[in-house]
Formats: sequence, C-alpha cells, structure tokens
Amino acid sequence: MPVMTMRDALNLALKEELARDSSVFLMGEEVAEYQGAYKVTRGLLEEFGPKRVIDTPITELGFAGLGVGAAMAGLRPIIEFMTFNFSILATDQIINSAAKMRYMSGGQFKIPIVFRGPGGSAYQVSSQHSQALESWFAYFPGLKVVMPSTPADAKGLLKSAIRDDDPVIFIEQERMYGMKGEVPEDADFTIPLGVGEVKREGTDATIIARSLMVPTALQAADQLEKEGISCEVIDPRTIRPLDINLIIESIKKTNRAVVAEESHPFASVGAEISAQIAEHVFDYLDAPVKRVSGADVPMPYAKNLEQMAIPDVAHIVAAVKEVSYV
Amino acid sequence: MATQVVMPKLSPTMEEGQLARWLKKEGDKVSMGEPLAEIDTDKATMEMQALSNGVLRKILINEGESAPLGQPIAIIGEPDEDISELLKTASAPKPEKAAEAPQSPPESDAAPAGDEQPQKVETPEPTNSISGDGQKPRTDGRVLISPIAARMASEAGIDFKTVQGSGPGGRIVKRDVESAISDQKNPAATKGAVGRISLPRPARAGVVYGPSAYRDEPVSEMRRTIARRLVTSLGPVPHFFLTMEIDMERAADMRRSINELYPDLKLSINDLIIKVVAVSLIQHPEVNASFQDKTIRYYEHADIGVAVATENGLITPIVRAAELKSLTEIATEVRELAGRARARKLKPEEYLGATFSISNLGMFGIEEFTAVINPPEGAILAVGAMAPKPVVKDDRVEIRQTMRVTMSCDHRAIDGATGAKFLQTFKQIMENPIYLFLDQ
Repeated sequence: MPVMTMRDALNLALKEELARDSSVFLMGEEVAEYQGAYKVTRGLLEEFGPKRVIDTPITELGFAGLGVGAAMAGLRPIIEFMTFNFSILATDQIINSAAKMRYMSGGQFKIPIVFRGPGGSAYQVSSQHSQALESWFAYFPGLKVVMPSTPADAKGLLKSAIRDDDPVIFIEQERMYGMKGEVPEDADFTIPLGVGEVKREGTDATIIARSLMVPTALQAADQLEKEGISCEVIDPRTIRPLDINLIIESIKKTNRAVVAEESHPFASVGAEISAQIAEHVFDYLDAPVKRVSGADVPMPYAKNLEQMAIPDVAHIVAAVKEVSYV
Repeated sequence: MATQVVMPKLSPTMEEGQLARWLKKEGDKVSMGEPLAEIDTDKATMEMQALSNGVLRKILINEGESAPLGQPIAIIGEPDEDISELLKTASAPKPEKAAEAPQSPPESDAAPAGDEQPQKVETPEPTNSISGDGQKPRTDGRVLISPIAARMASEAGIDFKTVQGSGPGGRIVKRDVESAISDQKNPAATKGAVGRISLPRPARAGVVYGPSAYRDEPVSEMRRTIARRLVTSLGPVPHFFLTMEIDMERAADMRRSINELYPDLKLSINDLIIKVVAVSLIQHPEVNASFQDKTIRYYEHADIGVAVATENGLITPIVRAAELKSLTEIATEVRELAGRARARKLKPEEYLGATFSISNLGMFGIEEFTAVINPPEGAILAVGAMAPKPVVKDDRVEIRQTMRVTMSCDHRAIDGATGAKFLQTFKQIMENPIYLFLDQ
C-alpha cells in the first residue's frame, strides 16, 4: 500500500468519486484556481474542468444553499468550507434545509451532499479560527458527522460520505493534513459510516478518541503500557451515527473509560458518549467516566495559553490513571 | 505547637490498646484527619487519625506494644521544635481521665456519624477504618462501591460491606473485590466448602524428627479478651466440643486390603486416624496450635499424642511429624511406643510436647465421648467405636460402618468454625482415604 498524507488521501478520494459519478461536483472558496486553501483539491480543476470544480464568492450561506438546491435537483455536491469556522455562517442552510428537507418533504427529496473542510484546533489562529464544532452538527437529526483520524480512514470515509444519500458533515483536522499513513489504492475501497475501529487493543482502560485525539491517545497508551496499564483506544470515526456497541463491548472488558476530545466540555460529543456509557454499561464501570476536553474558554492566541487549552498526552495519561485508581 | 498523641478510646469497653501498625514513621508529615496508626482494641482493629498538623516527631510505643488509655504514644510538632518537655512528661503516664473527658465514642458501629464536636485533647475520633487515598472516609454509613465491584461481589456471594475499599474516599473498586474473591478461594479462608487437599511431602528415609519447630504469634488484644472471658466463665481451659459422624466403609476396606498385603503390619483404624488427623492439621495450622498467654504458638509439624491406657494410668506417647510418615511407619511406631509405655520405659521426650492428641475408646465399645485437653495442646480428638449402623443414603436406608468423633478445643486458641473446618477436612479424607495417596 502506498504511503501518503491525509491531504493526498482526501484528494484521491475526491478524484476517484468525481471520476466515478458525473453527478458529483465540488464547490467552495479557492477550491479551483488556487487548488484549495490547504491543497486538498489540487489538480481537480485541471482534470474535471470548471463545471465540476467551482470557485465561489465569500458567501458561505449562499453556496451552501446552492449546494442543497443542487442536491434536491439530483446532483451530489461536495461543499468545501475553507475551514469549519466559516460554516457557522452557513448553518441555516445546513441545519434548516439540508438536515430537515428529507423529513419535511415526506421523503420526496433526498439530500446527498457533503460539507467538508478542516476543523478543530490549529496553531495560533486564535478563538475564531480554532475550535471544534462537531457537537453542533451531531445534535441535529438528519445530519451525519464524520471525523477521520488516519489517511486511510479519510479516504474510505470520504468516499462513503459522497456516496451517501444524506447530508454528511466531514470534518478534517487542520493539523493532520500532513500526517502520513498507508492508503489502499483500490478505487472501491470505502469504510461504512457508523462503524468505529479499535485502534489499539488493551485490557485495563478504554480511551474513546476521534480525529487528532486518536494519535494523541495512542501515544498516551504507549506511555501507559510502560507503566503497566494496558489501554484500548477506540475511534468511532463517525460521530453520528455512533458505533456505541464497539464502545460498550470494550468497556465490558476494561471497566474504565476515558473520552478524549478537542472540543469544549459542555454539551460536547464526549458528554453524549459518557451519558450513553452510563446508560448501557453502568454495571460494568469501576470508575466514573472521565472526560479529557479542550479548556472551557475561547481558544487563546498566546502560545503558552493555547498549549494549556488543547488536550495532550499528559492529560490523557492522567485521566487513565485516575480511572484506574493509580 | 507540639502535642502529644495519646492512646484513644476507640470502643466503649476499651481499657488499653495495642499498637497494630504505625502508618507514619518519625519525620513524616501528617495532617489533621490523616490516618496515623492502626490500633487493636478489644473489639477490632481501628484506624486512628491525627488531630493536628505537623511532623511525626517521636513514636513512643512500638508496634505490638500496648498502652492504657490516655498514655502518650507519639508526639506531633514542627520539624525543628523543641519537644524535650513533652518527652519528659510522656514518660510519666497520664491519668486516664485526661483522655476520657471530651470523647463520646459511638455506642455502636452503626452510628459513627456526627462526631464533629470540638475536642480539646489530642484524642482521635473513632472511625470505621476505611483506607483510601488519604481523603477523609465517609462516616454517614453509606458504602461507596463501583458498579462493577458491586456486581462482582454479588455474583461471588461476597458481602461487600466486609471489603476494604482502596479507591477515593474508601470506594470499593474492582481490584478490592478481586482480592476478596481470591482470599475466598484460599482454603484457609474458605467458609464451609472443603477445598482440594495438598499433602505434605513424605518423610525422607532415615530422618529422625525431634520436637516440632514452631512460630510464636503475639496474642492480639481481641484474642486476649476472649481468652480472659472464657477462662473466667469455664475454668482454666475453656473447652468446647464438636462431634461428627464418619462413614468408615472405605477406611475399613482399605485397612482390610493393606492387612491382606502385609499381614504382619496389623494396621489398626487408629493408625489410619493418626495419619488423617496429622494431614488435616497441616491443612488447618490454626488447629495445630497452643495458647501461650501472650502468644499463640502454631506448630509446623503434627506431633500426635496417642493416648495409651496402662495399669498406672493414661500416657500419651507421641508420633512426631506424623503427617510425613507412611501408614506403615506409623503402625510400627505406635505399636513399639505403646509396648514401651506399658512397660513404663518411655523417655520424657517421647510423651511430652505433642501438638494434638487422639484418645480412642472404641475398643471398649464407647460410641461417643468427650476428652479433656492435655495442656498446652489446643485440641484432642475423642474417637468412638466403629460399628455398622443404618444410614440414610440417597433417600434409602443402608447399613454402613460408621464412627463418631468428638473434638475438644481450647476456645482461647481455636474458634468453633475453625475447629469445624478442620473436622470437615478430617471427615473428607477419612471417608475417602485414597486422598492420602494423591496429590503428592
């Protein structure tokens, strides 16, 4: 299997799906001529032309709405947000149109649209450009939310998202575009939405992590292994639908759970996962579920403060020790 | 300011306490409410908490030593403070009243709450001894336990109230229940069920055993109270008696088979009983014991005194380390010892210092009787006659060889359940003597 960056894996997924299905098209700020603010769409304009790869004005609400209309009319749009921070402007179209149209039309319209782009923390871009928004979108019935943690997952999940008949929010971690990994070349390689993966097997504690927190959790697990604590690291990969069974089975084995995420703690996806753990496997817990989250403050610009606001290996190690009573 | 820590009153009837364990050593920092030591009272082992902040400057009594209420047992102060005055006064025992006055220990274990009134004297408040991460244990009577620990305890039939919690605030967590389960599986702690029997290694040829080696364990405060009470109520050695009926079919068969093979051996049922008693004692060392006032002595070997009636009276020659000897050796040795006993030719070391005795009146047709313990031994087994009797087996009445044994135990050293467990093992092996030849 070739080794490539997450950026190239995403690019490959887009290229394969654009080639596979002529109803797929890509639209967003700087995606065509500039080849993407993060170069995820490099070479696509050249290969598929300006009708399939379209630069938009700086009007998130506008082109998100265009996308929803195109999806209702039978196309399969991929809308790139330069970052998910700007998707906030488009939320009326995402939430009130994309998420609800199938329901409100009694199933007459399906909305096969993907909203994708980078999200999560980035280095020193301050409060408005460094935040995790997945819990917003996961909140609404009608939206699927996907967050890959490896180049292979990124490719397989993006292809599934494009082929899905419902609106999918696909959040790429801004700091992970350069992360390398083996990626299957097979043009039919997909990963089903709603299926998580055990990224590392262990017996003493389960760390549920997504996106950037997966490699962080794996490092924490390596460190804890040296101290005699064996961690299982689970990546749900899809936030909604959530593969809660994978999490449940793991906790039945380990009796301890740590949920690691970049987002703010209040009403986060981690809060939802914690609640579901309590509902499903209360009798198996040996300790209260421990959450490791971003600080409950807007992201600081100052480098030292920013470092403290983003969860790191030490935070996860401490949390695992806490639930393991060591 | 440096203060003396005095022996606290930790139970309503406590008059003195034995220091079971210091949880801090001299020079350690201590803070108010932190466990300082474990004290054996007449009722239980209790945790004693520090009532001031500072450094444990001086420990005045060692682990295993006792002190009356109010006697200074340690000094807490600043690291560089002069404590010579306190050391001087500490050597003169304080009147008991000083410790007595401001405390109101709970009347029962169930009501340790609300013990927060100000205390003027350095006397720790009683608490249930829940260990943990140093946080103050809860005293409202609720047991903190994690869901999985609760479930495992219930599945294993363990009353989690008896489990010590090691989690925050004394929470009982999985590992605590796991260790309780493994304690439960340990035969020494098994309730009721008789576990797998592991026999001691057999004696090597030519090895002569002198009197058994032993270890002395300090008599705990609780054990001393039991001893004192029982003695005053029942006499110098407080006996209690346990009787069991043994199905002797297989034992009788085995004896018959052995005697067919070795007609000269004349193996008796009593020889078999000696061996089985010895093996059972090794399984239950707490019965192979002797109460020694300050200590309880636990013997390594089973030196079995065999009561022999002579013209001049009873004498009990000893089969040393009987658990290691074969039936052949035991039969030969007993016959030889009994012969010399009747001829009054036993040396003192041949009849003094058994760890357990057997008295058998079966040959006189006695069905069941109680024997008097030969001090300082902890117990004696009175063996009745083996006789065919109707026995209910699988809901049918059958005629089987049975035998009744009654063990007299010294209650100062042995409790009812302890003796009963020993008898269970004895019965198990006696009814299936093939055990003697397994597990080696």
